[in-house]
Amino acid sequence: MGEEMSRKPYVREISKTTWFLRQPRYMRYMAREVTCIFIFAYTFLLICALGSLADGPDAFQEFLNSLRSPWGVLFNLAVLVVTAYHSLSWFVVTPQAMPIQRGEEFVPGNIIVNAHYGAWAVVSLIILIWGM
Amino acid sequence: MSERQIQLEVLRYNPETDSAPRFQTYAVPCLNEWVVLDALNYVKENLDPTLSYRWSCHMAVCGSCGMMINGEPKLGCKAFIHEYGDSIRVEPLAHFPIERDLVTVVEDFIAKLASVKPYLIPKEDKPVSAGEFKQTPAELMKFKQYTLCINCMLCYAACPQYGLVPEFVGPAALALAHRYNQDSRDGGRDQRQEVVASDEGVWECSFVGACSEVCPKHVDPAGALQQIKVASTIDWYKEHLMPWVKK
Repeated sequence: MGEEMSRKPYVREISKTTWFLRQPRYMRYMAREVTCIFIFAYTFLLICALGSLADGPDAFQEFLNSLRSPWGVLFNLAVLVVTAYHSLSWFVVTPQAMPIQRGEEFVPGNIIVNAHYGAWAVVSLIILIWGM
Repeated sequence: MSERQIQLEVLRYNPETDSAPRFQTYAVPCLNEWVVLDALNYVKENLDPTLSYRWSCHMAVCGSCGMMINGEPKLGCKAFIHEYGDSIRVEPLAHFPIERDLVTVVEDFIAKLASVKPYLIPKEDKPVSAGEFKQTPAELMKFKQYTLCINCMLCYAACPQYGLVPEFVGPAALALAHRYNQDSRDGGRDQRQEVVASDEGVWECSFVGACSEVCPKHVDPAGALQQIKVASTIDWYKEHLMPWVKK
């Protein structure tokens, strides 16, 4: 019988702030997560819209005018681009989270993803027509 | 057969003499058909018998030779030399303490695997005389991919969440819990939920998806974890909003 081996495991510390720089896939993940800041900002904008609406027609008109300013348009454009990236990054992983089994086979992932694109296009179209 | 010289940089750590790991470089004459594990075996047999690493089957079945190759979790037996340049860096699997050289401490994973009860818990006791538990091909398909897991722990080395929060039960153990939950012969889901649906269970996962990208057996642990989240959320709503509905 051998004696008890002495053990001295070495633990490699991971940086809590720069860990995602190690791998491109971690950076892609962080890009997806960072988009939520823009979603938060836009939600805040909608709350401001409600607040100005509660303050009366003049306040609301002023709010609408601020949206038409160059900064307002720029902010909306930025949010549109980032939100599209946010949504698409979730569409792509939907087949993993919600696979559909038909008999002995799974529905191919690209059909599920494309169904999301289709639904997105239809909803966008309805909103555009309704808003005109 | 073509041969080429590679520089194999290996992270070494001797707990008896070293205070921290250090890289050691070996010049290895490799055949183009070799995998990284062959290069390590060459070092062990011809250059440095003190080099320690785990391996067994050399055919991506046993799951022993997981290591970081150029920063990516890989099986040493499945990483072909011809896919790399003339310098290859080999390190022990990330996120696990180093026992010695490329050998990691895996007790944490083994304990987590056991905690999810990764075995059939039959719905009811049935005497052998009552015959086999039958299953249709469609029922088998629900979980078949998860049965391919070889417990190689590459997914743990890829998961940044496990690296940052070591309490996280982790991809392979949770995917195996899902494998048994999805099995038509199994009735153990309620017993597993305590660990699986806890804060350290699926809710610690933020769906980076790295686990599924590195899996050498093409299992999709990330998908399994999201499916558990969906099912657990439905459980919560049923329990709190529709208490009269049975699970």
